[in-house]
Amino acid sequence: MERHEYDVVVIGAGGAGLRAAIEARQQGKRTAIVCKSLFGKAHTVMAEGGAAAAMGNVNSDDNWMVHFRDTMRGGKFLNNWRMAELHAKEAPDRVWELEAWGALFDRTKDGKISQRNFGGHEYPRLAHVGDRTGLEMIRTLQQRVVALQQEDYQVHGDYEAYIKVFAECTVTRLLKDGDAISGAFGYWRETGKFIVFDAPAVVLATGGIGKSYVVTSNSWEYTGDGHALALLAGAKLINMEFIQFHPTGMVWPPSVRGILVTESVRGDGGVLRNAQGERFMFNYIPDVFKDKYATSEEEADRWYTDQAGNRRPPELLPRDEVARAINSEVKAGRGSPQGGVFLDVSTRLPAAEIVKRLPSMHHQFKELADVDITKEPMQVGPTCHYIMGGVEVDADTAAASVPGLFAAGEVSGGMHGSNRLGGNSLSDLLVFGRRAGAGAAEYIDGLAKRPVVTGVEEAMAEALAPLERAGGENPYEVHHELQRTMNELAGIIRRAGELSEALEVVEKLKSRAKNTAAAGGKIYNPGWHLAIDLRNMLLVSECVAKAALLREESRGGHTRDDYPIMSPDWRRKLLVCSAAPDGSEVSVVEKVQQSMRDDLITLFDRGELSKYLTEDEMAEFDAALAGPLVAQKRES
Amino acid sequence: MGYKAKFRVWRGEGGEGKLEDFTVEVNEGEVVLDVIHRLQATQVPDLAVRWNCKAGKCGSCSMEINGKPRLGCMTRMSTFSEDETITVTPMRTFPVIKDLVTDVSYNYQKAREIPSFTPPADVRPGEYRMQQIDVERSQEFRKCIECFMCNNVCHVIRDHEENKVNFAGPRFLMRIAELDMHPYDVADRKDLAQEEHGLGYCNITKCCTEVCPEHIKITDNALIPMKERVVDRKYDPLVWLGNKIFRR
Repeated sequence: MERHEYDVVVIGAGGAGLRAAIEARQQGKRTAIVCKSLFGKAHTVMAEGGAAAAMGNVNSDDNWMVHFRDTMRGGKFLNNWRMAELHAKEAPDRVWELEAWGALFDRTKDGKISQRNFGGHEYPRLAHVGDRTGLEMIRTLQQRVVALQQEDYQVHGDYEAYIKVFAECTVTRLLKDGDAISGAFGYWRETGKFIVFDAPAVVLATGGIGKSYVVTSNSWEYTGDGHALALLAGAKLINMEFIQFHPTGMVWPPSVRGILVTESVRGDGGVLRNAQGERFMFNYIPDVFKDKYATSEEEADRWYTDQAGNRRPPELLPRDEVARAINSEVKAGRGSPQGGVFLDVSTRLPAAEIVKRLPSMHHQFKELADVDITKEPMQVGPTCHYIMGGVEVDADTAAASVPGLFAAGEVSGGMHGSNRLGGNSLSDLLVFGRRAGAGAAEYIDGLAKRPVVTGVEEAMAEALAPLERAGGENPYEVHHELQRTMNELAGIIRRAGELSEALEVVEKLKSRAKNTAAAGGKIYNPGWHLAIDLRNMLLVSECVAKAALLREESRGGHTRDDYPIMSPDWRRKLLVCSAAPDGSEVSVVEKVQQSMRDDLITLFDRGELSKYLTEDEMAEFDAALAGPLVAQKRES
Repeated sequence: MGYKAKFRVWRGEGGEGKLEDFTVEVNEGEVVLDVIHRLQATQVPDLAVRWNCKAGKCGSCSMEINGKPRLGCMTRMSTFSEDETITVTPMRTFPVIKDLVTDVSYNYQKAREIPSFTPPADVRPGEYRMQQIDVERSQEFRKCIECFMCNNVCHVIRDHEENKVNFAGPRFLMRIAELDMHPYDVADRKDLAQEEHGLGYCNITKCCTEVCPEHIKITDNALIPMKERVVDRKYDPLVWLGNKIFRR
């Protein structure tokens, strides 16, 4: 069997994975990048809007503290505050670094990186390239990897001496030596041959879980691999009940249902209307945001040119609010002909400006839906987009609870709390990708000896099973049923009865998945690959439904019809998932969220905090206000 | 709404294969990739095809549809008549791995042979200042989604395996142009384009531009200007000297 020795194995080649690999290599570690698709095709290419970083290029009032506050607000104060702090502080450096690696962002008049408005961000903050920012980021990081390979070629005569990409290669198990990570097991998609990585550190950067849902903006790769690999290796997942349904996915034609319509459409002036032509978002401004959003169309429209004197249009509320509002309009019978609402930019900007600012959207609608967005409105509706939940990690090092395991990007949990702001994902990938690479390097430096690979035989038997079975279940059918179940019973609006039903179905599908058979051989066989991925999707779906059933409140990406209120008591509780090594015994337990550091919590107004915090916590806040840390800060 | 379409799909591996006929359901609004997926789910579970985003942004599902290089996800079924037989084959310029999946490693090899972005040593991150108008030229080329259809269609290598060694293809000649036009790149790329990467092989038939799903004007905006820069260098020593001395 093919076997490779590395210091660090990074699983996933999107923004987080590539940034982690670059960091590990820059710190002198031999690094493997393992990815399911070709190099440069990861889901990061789909990101449109931009990377949020408080550089203050467009509005000099912006700084990390404002960004931190926006992030915590967006996440309804459930965020891991240390991650939100690091993210807000380090994002500008991570964006500037991309520029030094060749990225070409759109510019301001004085030649700096331009920044655009986005939902939940107080100031224009998103570094962008039209509406293809993700592509720019992935290409820049990809080209940085190539640049490092060229350096290594100069020194060692081998491009792959220190960093090698294993493309179209799927990892199915993490390998351990006792408690610690010792490597990874997988197969080449192209040949079906197995491969073992012998490595003391593994960075998970596998993205999300969207393929458990029918209507999703996510690609086939998003099968929750990293979430499941971590669980099976003994790590813990947090916040799995929080799933972001992006408010604006395409709703027609059916084959593209769910594909994303960037939030930049709204950031650049686009408005949402129902079938009666009403700009309905004014009816959905929640109390906690009342004083930050415009209450009339006139004020909202003035904001685009005068942000100091006006409040923001409600179309730019955080994503969870907008998604729920659209859902309610459609349910009330005020939807568009194909079951969404109208998103109109055609009456708001000149045609040439639309094509310039939103080239991909213009192209996408023209080619896929025969709609010219400079002349007519789009029809949009919510689509499963992002999971806030993921591997529980240490904020500073991205280390999971299993020694040698690290996670960054969408697969990690905590940073975004109960709801992620648009634009905070690309910056998250960079900030924590780098930290995971550095964390892994530091971990290796502290090891006395290399751990030993075990468990290869078992991993191989598990992967081969669907091929060796004859006349079993069709993996495509099991997958479709899971997607329908999650969409209908554990989707955007949840109820206890439906969630319990979802869990029953998942339980049945788990036993059916154990009996799937893949026709054909090992060479590039998508049926076999899907049969293997099902284990991960089912495991993750079980975590989502179990956690959603337990959390008896509504917050961010978790809306309970039977518990519609956001509860301060629940804010302090995180739900933590774990499982047995064979994927059975998925359990969810409560854990108390750590209190925010004094100098951070006092960045907020008392009035705002009182909407989120319990009375006990407010007493702590008052004590903090009077405390030495804050006094020190005031002086400086 | 729905109808049964006739599909003829290339199937095979290891250098052997043939076109196989299928009859498959098609619904309103679908694209060719949807139909390939339906074939997978209902008739041939092991039919190999690459895809990711299904929105024309990742460049994975490049294939030849009725002989033309296309993205499967951006080719709508409504562009064909219902009685038409639709023939789907893998990209011809690259070796077939299985069915519609080809070995595109040639492209990654070429990418690696082009010297990377080379900024001046004294500019630190955060200090870059560029005008929009100056970045737009290279930005057009950075729209490339690396579907490799331009390299697939280019006659220099499409039926001439022997040229692959000396020719980077439109995709990577465009990459050289992109870097050459980057306001902060200080590397000298002109001789390289001509001598190492075969810019001279290109006789501007614009086949690459025609197939580009991003509508990048590869020939007009990247290859021809690059040829002009090379020619200036070759025939005008004064321009060459001036560039060397006054270049930032």
